[in-house]
Amino acid sequence: MTDDIAITPALVAEHGLKPDEYERILGLIGREPSLTELGIFSAMWNEHCSYKSSKRWLRTLPTTGAVVVQGPGENAGVVDIGDGLVAVFKMESHNHPSYIEPYQGAATGVGGILRDVFTMGARPVAALNALRFGEPSHPRTRHLVAGVVAGIGGYGNSFGVPTVGGEVNFHRRFNGNCLVNAFALGIARSDGIFYSKAKGVGLPVVYLGAKTGRDGVGGATMASAEFDERIEEKRPTVQVGDPFTEKRLLEACLELMASGAVVAIQDMGAAGLTSSAVEMGAKGDLGIELDLDRVPTREEGMTAYEMMLSESQERMLMVLRPEKRAEAEAIFRKWGLDFAEVGRTTDDLRFRVLRHGAVMADLPIKELGNEAPQYDRPWRAPAPLPPLGPAGLPGTSWTEALPRLLGSPDLSSRRWVWEQYDHLVQGNTVRKPGGDAAVVRVEGTEKALALSVDVTPRYVEADPYQGGMQAVAECWRNLTAAGADPLAVTDNLNFGNPEKPEIMGQFVRAVEGIGEACRRLAFPIVSGNVSLYNETQGEAILPTPAIAGVGLLPDWRLAAALTFAQAGDEILLIGAPAGAWGTHLGQSVWLREIAGREEGPPPPVDLDAEKRNGDFVRDLIRTRRATAAHDLSDGGLLVAVAEMALAAGLGAELAEPRGPAAAALFGEDQGRYLVTLRTDEAAPVLEAAAAAGVAACRIGRVSGRAELRVGGEAVSLSDLRAAHEGWFPAFMDAPDALTD
Amino acid sequence: MRSAIILFPGTNRERDMAAALKRASGRDPAIVWHAETTLPAVDLIVLPGGFSFGDYLRAGAIAARSPVMAEVVKRANEGVLVLGVCNGFQSLCEVGLLPGVLMRNASLKFVCREVKLEIANTQTPFTHAYRPRQIIRCPVAHHDGNYFADEATLDRLEGEGRIAFRYAEGTNPNGSRRDIAGILSERGNVLGMMPHPEDMTDEAHGALDGLGLFRSIAGIGEMAA
Repeated sequence: MTDDIAITPALVAEHGLKPDEYERILGLIGREPSLTELGIFSAMWNEHCSYKSSKRWLRTLPTTGAVVVQGPGENAGVVDIGDGLVAVFKMESHNHPSYIEPYQGAATGVGGILRDVFTMGARPVAALNALRFGEPSHPRTRHLVAGVVAGIGGYGNSFGVPTVGGEVNFHRRFNGNCLVNAFALGIARSDGIFYSKAKGVGLPVVYLGAKTGRDGVGGATMASAEFDERIEEKRPTVQVGDPFTEKRLLEACLELMASGAVVAIQDMGAAGLTSSAVEMGAKGDLGIELDLDRVPTREEGMTAYEMMLSESQERMLMVLRPEKRAEAEAIFRKWGLDFAEVGRTTDDLRFRVLRHGAVMADLPIKELGNEAPQYDRPWRAPAPLPPLGPAGLPGTSWTEALPRLLGSPDLSSRRWVWEQYDHLVQGNTVRKPGGDAAVVRVEGTEKALALSVDVTPRYVEADPYQGGMQAVAECWRNLTAAGADPLAVTDNLNFGNPEKPEIMGQFVRAVEGIGEACRRLAFPIVSGNVSLYNETQGEAILPTPAIAGVGLLPDWRLAAALTFAQAGDEILLIGAPAGAWGTHLGQSVWLREIAGREEGPPPPVDLDAEKRNGDFVRDLIRTRRATAAHDLSDGGLLVAVAEMALAAGLGAELAEPRGPAAAALFGEDQGRYLVTLRTDEAAPVLEAAAAAGVAACRIGRVSGRAELRVGGEAVSLSDLRAAHEGWFPAFMDAPDALTD
Repeated sequence: MRSAIILFPGTNRERDMAAALKRASGRDPAIVWHAETTLPAVDLIVLPGGFSFGDYLRAGAIAARSPVMAEVVKRANEGVLVLGVCNGFQSLCEVGLLPGVLMRNASLKFVCREVKLEIANTQTPFTHAYRPRQIIRCPVAHHDGNYFADEATLDRLEGEGRIAFRYAEGTNPNGSRRDIAGILSERGNVLGMMPHPEDMTDEAHGALDGLGLFRSIAGIGEMAA
């Protein structure tokens, strides 16, 4: 090896490798590694690429089911949607880069997940994102929101994928670490799925797409560390996105896949050339030899170390059938992309890297991936929180509380965000952002897919097990409220430093809750991503295991909307606890925004009731009895009613609430829905509910008056709309925003 | 009606457009790669939406210099109908088939939302299926849709009935002068517009208000054929 740089303990530490991990490397290769080799190990063995702290727990998640074609372990999960078609989807975080450089961090997060999907042979048809920012008053928050939203839009809009939904939340605990989780869904033919496993010895390994530069060197290692006050120095580790190149790469890849030239394909994401090459070889039980002199570069004089660790975007590695080489090259040239044969598969199970004729790395390929350290880190489950007593709760009237809730940072309209995303391109968007789930038609069929991403971090913080279950249940409920059969999920587990037992405890318990809910709801996990070390100066984010689910509708025309359909319709509450509309104020938005308290346990999840209630609601939608449907979540019943009213411009008249008013109107009990029905349907539906063991009651009617009335008091829709629509633009466009 | 869609690298609404053309005319459009120098015999040439060449340099600037554009200009000058939507409108301005320029939106942000359009002139091959002054629903999705031309040009466009669509009911999403959403060439056979009528042509889109444009064109095409 010829790097001529001494491997000191300090250098090892700079690569994010612990002393015992370095010892493991020495044991594996029987000598001191070269600098390039050290870089390769650091790239493969960091938390982001190796899942070394999480793997033990991820193995406990349910990943199989009747519709699952491909579970975790490939670029994206694959589920069967019938008609010879499959849905391919995954979610991935780009948290650390987005905090350092929000536009490019978010943009390349979108680019990465789109690439994961089309690497599998699927054309991306929809994108979602789940975003978490610090408190609105924090000086960095507005800058991050503006940059992240512009970055997501800038990339997705240009690429031509509709961004159809997502989540945006604010909390003090994200002040030092924002979360950017990007989800993409693609459609492929079931006989046209491509994998990363290489097959055949002596075949050409081909490099495609954009040139390699010095951007993002060490990005995955950066993403596996906590932040301190020196994060500004990490800006050069963030990659720069080029959606135009990605769009050409998509079209060229799909054209090439159709030609039959592709044996295996892997995109270059985190750890770039290193991880893509190792993955293809290790999975296929083959060695890989790369000659870096043939890699197209953007800059002069790049070293082997830089080239192996570069995270330049919009690049792919393929193993090609040699007889199709010319045809493949012609396709890439047509799209104006680089095409270079950079290596070959071998039978010696070595990962060999050459630069200027010298061997810069020669490592056992299987061990690089498989022998990464695995940790069973100590963990401590958090103590359960005492129940929230009725003492000291404010008696704020609902007429005052509702506008405040609708105009609060977490419940206000996200229009300011989603109008910056092209949510219509491709012409298949059936339900736009702003509802329970987005719905996109499957082109060329009558079918549609419903999509939703959910998690309530404050619930997970208060009780990780219940919070994990709740994230799954809410996602399942959102798909159900659109009328879809929930199929499968992808998860994005965002937590703090796993070396702290209390953080590891959050992770373990949340994963257990997620696993339990997924098993009981027959909602398997087919792909996912873990993002740890989301901490700054010792303070961790709220634990945020985001769950993105995909559901199937046999006919897009059956998709429900939350919009009230007509005055006079009966409003039914499905799934309410006995004798009350709602009871649980612990960890509710009402408690935080009105009482100024973040206390108590989160609402418990009853998975049997979830399933029963959801199946009942879905049936009402599918049989066209429900004229509108909406699930109850943050803010509870009255916020949900207001959302349905505002979407329609129709009012509602509710009876006097059952049970204490604040809990009835703003409690966040789980497993509940609102549905509206034509008057003559109400009685038979209530009977059917009773027969099915589903709690259901009439709570009021849709009205032609532009107001929301509960008992004797009313608030005008225009006041509610002003509060709901006003907060986000006012926050973003306040004059001092110009100084950001 | 025979039509052709020009495909540039970075174009991304060609599928929406092809579906709308098929719906209105029953025929699939030909897809022509930007590097071609010839076009099939067609009644309509469409420059669809997207980010041709990444919108790098200026939206539509590089597309306007693509090999195929010489033939598009030639056909336009022969009277063949040319429709440019969104990025296509930007390219038609860049190549000089239409006057004016599309600047960055007044908000400086990308905007995707439904707006109201008034059919400002129904005596055109693109709009005759609509009623005079009819208001239709139509989505926009762009970052550079702020139409600008000097006052003399705007007066002339208005005087000659060359404003085909205006943003109506206070829904101008981008700051365009005189609420201009779509304009015609002097001869009336070239239309550029920022909104996306192709995304309002199917029940699944929630309304069929954009279909009138494609039916108008299909009517003319059949008559000419």
